Amino acid sequence: MNIHEYQAKELFQKYGIPVPAGAACRAGNEFDTALAGLPDEALVVKSQIHAGGRGKGTFTDGYQGGVKVVKSRAEAREAAAKMLGNTLVTHQTGPEGRKVQTVYFTQASDIVKEYYLAIVMDRATSSPVIIASTEGGVDIETVADQTPDKIIRVTVDPLLGLKPYQAREVAFGLGFKDDQFKQMVKLLANLYRLFWEKDCSLLEINPLVTTPEGKIEALDAKVNFDDNALFRLPDIAALRDLNEEDPKEIEASKYNLNYIALDGNIACMVNGAGLAMATMDIIKHFGGSPANFLDVGGGANAEQVTQAFKIILSDPNVKGILVNIFGGIMKCDTIATGIIEAAKAVKLDRPLVVRLEGTNVEAGKKLLGESGLAIEPADTLAEAAEKIVNLVGKA
Amino acid sequence: MSVLVNKNSRILVQGITGKAGSFHAQQCLDYGTNIVAGVTPGRGGSTFEKKVPVFDTVGAAVRETGADVSMVFVPPPFAADSILEALDAGIGLVVAITEGIPVKDMAEVKGKLLSTGARLIGPNCPGIITPGECKIGIMPGYIHKPGRVGVVSRSGTLTYEAVWQLTSRGHGQSTCIGIGGDPINGTSHLDCVKLFNEDPDTDAIIMIGEIGGTAEEEAAAYIKEHVKKPVAAFIAGTTAPPGRRMGHAGAIVSGGKGTAEAKIAAMREANIAVAETPSDMADALLRVYKP
Repeated sequence: MNIHEYQAKELFQKYGIPVPAGAACRAGNEFDTALAGLPDEALVVKSQIHAGGRGKGTFTDGYQGGVKVVKSRAEAREAAAKMLGNTLVTHQTGPEGRKVQTVYFTQASDIVKEYYLAIVMDRATSSPVIIASTEGGVDIETVADQTPDKIIRVTVDPLLGLKPYQAREVAFGLGFKDDQFKQMVKLLANLYRLFWEKDCSLLEINPLVTTPEGKIEALDAKVNFDDNALFRLPDIAALRDLNEEDPKEIEASKYNLNYIALDGNIACMVNGAGLAMATMDIIKHFGGSPANFLDVGGGANAEQVTQAFKIILSDPNVKGILVNIFGGIMKCDTIATGIIEAAKAVKLDRPLVVRLEGTNVEAGKKLLGESGLAIEPADTLAEAAEKIVNLVGKA
Repeated sequence: MSVLVNKNSRILVQGITGKAGSFHAQQCLDYGTNIVAGVTPGRGGSTFEKKVPVFDTVGAAVRETGADVSMVFVPPPFAADSILEALDAGIGLVVAITEGIPVKDMAEVKGKLLSTGARLIGPNCPGIITPGECKIGIMPGYIHKPGRVGVVSRSGTLTYEAVWQLTSRGHGQSTCIGIGGDPINGTSHLDCVKLFNEDPDTDAIIMIGEIGGTAEEEAAAYIKEHVKKPVAAFIAGTTAPPGRRMGHAGAIVSGGKGTAEAKIAAMREANIAVAETPSDMADALLRVYKP
């Protein structure tokens, strides 16, 4: 799960990680109260959406920049009014952009130097890894690619936690001395504590800066949490912003369906994540374009199948459907019953190809054949994919 | 012969009285798996299906029954604790079926695992089966057939697809291992490839991977250097968009890493027969394996 920058910075403050003073607003009438707590001088106004590239983004009405540096409260109010409720398009949002529902005011910091600092759960070592660099404020993947010697990596033993010598290694590696060295060691300890206690999969500060007063501050904050751990983190789960998610994906999650919207026109419904991915791949292989990823799981029942049909048919781009079920524990006749009920309930009006394999497959096929519905059967995955692509037309 | 499990394996089921645990324990018993004990804290002294004794702790179950493999069906919030309990009780092979265990919990388990010498398969996996001898997991038993092809995969139903293609063409399997779709798991593709390579009763290997991480590349590098047996592979997720988690927590392309293209290139480099589509997995193997 992702959260907004302002939410991440509030978490940082709770964990003693210094951030510039700031306040968030969800409505125009909150601007004055929010700005009253900030000095009437250089401020930054930031659109809060779950996508990068905000500064270089453009709003759909032509207004430039989702992040603005301004000189006064009055200018801040003006910029925020332009952003709030407007739709921001960045290189990460896609052409449809994202509606800005919250703006965040922060004090503008004078910057001496920019750094990069992150903690990620690294699958190769099965451990948290701290990544730091003196090359902050730029794309870290470019730094890693072109000047890998400028990247500091420290692997933390999950059973021991971050040890002081490891924090020193990072702080010295970034060239800090004296008081700033002490600030950095403390910041690292606090950041790791946040990472571990709140089940983060990624904590990223880019840039982390030093100011003319000698302070170290996190100017940006990106935090991802492990979805599997949200059951034990009610405070974090409460930060979820449904406005940032596809309504179809939210609907799917209510029924324990794993759905991801894509931009093609052939919807698929599959059991199992790997087979669902492979089904998308084979649609593409035969020249079609998948409209979604949808894993109904190993134990889907008739209701889930019906809901899944409703969700995929609510996408106006969908011109046909491919159902691919390898019935193991889930029997094919149960699935067939679900498909028939669903097709009737949603008044299916688009081509449907069904490939069933596994337990009770003959009974399942018989049910589909006798249903009176226009269902195109297929025996193999390749045959099913070819059929639906021919019915819908190539992408 | 086979790898890791056979008809002599003595299986313990953790979470045997739960909904999923009891259903699948019964399925495994029906297949002929030698289930010797169950564990559910607070249910010790009872009996599962009138024949399997249930214990409060793994330690007691191991002492009383000599169980040497554990199958874990415990719900996600408590699953890591159950795996640790099995490791502490001296279980040599833990098969964790549970889906949705927090990654942090698995990082702790992995840390502990390294100091015990035990093996963990999963979590979030279909389990392991040596056809005709021992089924530990949720895979449908009847699609398998005893034989000489080893199958390793992160994905459950995609494994069934490969197994079914083999069985339909008359080729059986030595052992099929589902290693699970989580970013941190106990056993890697590479571990399984090594086991199959050393097993005298495995003649060929199908390896099924998916986007995310670099485990498939590591296995391919090993195969290139050390494996003479024919290997076929399929990588799922060629069409998955970057930055989106495709069901499995591990299946995500991020920062340009873990793409299907990179994995397929590594496979070809190692002379592995790469299946063009998921329908082609058995045929890809049979193009290089002539039993």
